[in-house]
Amino acid sequence: MTRYGFALKAKTRRSKRFLQSRQPKLTEDQKSSMIIRGGNTSQTVSQALKDVYALKKPNAVLYKRKNMVRPFDDSTALEFFSKKSDCSLFLFGSHNKKRPNNLIFGRMFDFHVLDMFELGIERFVSLRDVKTDTCPEGTKPLLVFAGELFETDREHQRLRSLLTDFFCGPRVSAVRLAGLEHVLHFTALEGKIYMRSYKVLLKKSGCRTPRIQLQDMGPSFDFVMRRNHMASDDLYKTAHRQPRGVKPKKKKNISHDAFGTRLGRLHMQKQDLDKLQTRKMKGLRKRRGEQTAETAAAAAKAPRTDE
Amino acid sequence: MASCSVEDVLTKAERDEAEKLKGITVNKELDLEFDPGNLLAFDKNRIDTREFKDNKREDFLRSLARDNTQLLINEVWKLPTERVEEIIVAKLPDPTTSLPREKPAPKPKPPTKWEQFAKLKGIQKKKKTNLVWDEVHKEWRRRWGYKRAKDDTKEWLIEVPENADPSEDQFAKRNKAKKERVAKNEYNRLKNIARAQKIKVPGMGLAPTPRQSKAELAQAVNVAKISTASVGKFQDNLPKEKTPKNTGKKRKFQPLIGDFSSEKQKQLDLLKVMDSKKPRLDITKAVNKQMREEDRDSAQKSKKGFGKKGRRGNMSGKGKGKAGGKGKAKKGKGQKPHMKQGKR
Repeated sequence: MTRYGFALKAKTRRSKRFLQSRQPKLTEDQKSSMIIRGGNTSQTVSQALKDVYALKKPNAVLYKRKNMVRPFDDSTALEFFSKKSDCSLFLFGSHNKKRPNNLIFGRMFDFHVLDMFELGIERFVSLRDVKTDTCPEGTKPLLVFAGELFETDREHQRLRSLLTDFFCGPRVSAVRLAGLEHVLHFTALEGKIYMRSYKVLLKKSGCRTPRIQLQDMGPSFDFVMRRNHMASDDLYKTAHRQPRGVKPKKKKNISHDAFGTRLGRLHMQKQDLDKLQTRKMKGLRKRRGEQTAETAAAAAKAPRTDE
Repeated sequence: MASCSVEDVLTKAERDEAEKLKGITVNKELDLEFDPGNLLAFDKNRIDTREFKDNKREDFLRSLARDNTQLLINEVWKLPTERVEEIIVAKLPDPTTSLPREKPAPKPKPPTKWEQFAKLKGIQKKKKTNLVWDEVHKEWRRRWGYKRAKDDTKEWLIEVPENADPSEDQFAKRNKAKKERVAKNEYNRLKNIARAQKIKVPGMGLAPTPRQSKAELAQAVNVAKISTASVGKFQDNLPKEKTPKNTGKKRKFQPLIGDFSSEKQKQLDLLKVMDSKKPRLDITKAVNKQMREEDRDSAQKSKKGFGKKGRRGNMSGKGKGKAGGKGKAKKGKGQKPHMKQGKR
């Protein structure tokens, strides 16, 4: 790739494809996330980062080396990483005396920090400690949020949106019914967030819909809310703005009635029904012989009436 | 059988249904909010803190999760299904939770110079075949690129044309021409991009080049000098630096394809002028000439003694020659017909 300051020229087709994948698109692909290890991390935090990375593979990058970054003070380093790896979600883990076992969940818009939430881990059960078989990587998880705090409190609303963004998988048009195996359950209670991950077992029930049984699996966290940085309302609105091409165009003059038949509507000019050109029935046309006979009859009639 | 009434049958049917659905029904105070497109469920119900004791916490959470997941699964099973290669698949609707985008929406690119021209002329894009038959090599080759069909630069024999210098290297000439074409294409491509992104690209000679000639440096200095708020009026000259005088409006040419009616009018006027037998009268020139004649006559009258010298001095004083004396040495363009007064 050669640069001219404002234009990048790709010299090979592979590099051209790479550049095009990083361009802004009308409908975006799945967001990738970067999982960064901070200046000092405890065993808990390192294991937690690895577990989340396992959940989010293959759309995640794990930066295992220590990065002396303070996201709340200076987010330029994070923005630089995001630009280099083309990731818009990040998870930063650190540990110090003042904030033990710290995880910062965040997302970016246009490579600038949009929202950041700092959560402290109070209790953590790792994937390794729970000895059950896990579901294959890349399964789209079922997400459940419980607790009225997620509805009433503004910070919790944002956090809910952030966690949805982070953990929801790729956008799919159809899902295999037997493949709904993984569920992530978030409960908000008294300023704490409990995240549990279960494996779904579909059991037979009397009818078509199966009965659910859950099996403990995967990482479980007890979070406590610490600092946060939320985007201003207008930046948040700008980030949500969808381009015009995304909405499907409504087809006018087509409607469906109750029986499912498709009806269309035609707009016509005013027609003079007297001069309407209908089918010509040649048989019904008046013949020449008949015509003269008729006129003769008419003529014969006329003088008779006259008389 | 006579004792069986319709109501009994109906109640029995209801009980059977309830039995069937017992496994999957969950009782909740408030209904959950579902987003099947994202496989998302939101439970707004109050969580009883009494049940949330330390030792029973996990069980409580698990039962809560089980109930909520059951409701979500019920919702997903209601969606239309289809069979894709022996697998039953449920079609998900569009997600209802709006999530922020990663990058801002792409802006539509403005058309390039060629695209504008093609639209104006009505030229359509013609689909061309990828491979072309090469007679020389007797095989199908690419239309352009590596090992293409008609490669100018790969010919082993070039006839020297009649009017060319015999010692000139024709192969080098072809290669150089190709390099120039490539550079020009690249330059135009970058100009298109700059126009699309509304970035101002510096003109010729001002972009940093490795070796700049004296003229290019002088031009760069001049441009830098007038890039102040008062357009360089208060910038002092360096010692021995001369201010360039012909920095004014250069000739502006009309675009090739623009206003057809005005072009037609201009050409018709030109033809009319050429057609007419009368010579055109330039009033300013005529007035100037008259004034000069009068000045000369008056000078002649006043300085009878030095008449010859004066005449010669005045004769050289034609407006154009004087004003453009210095300017002509530098550049021929940009000569406004100055109405400069001759020597008195």
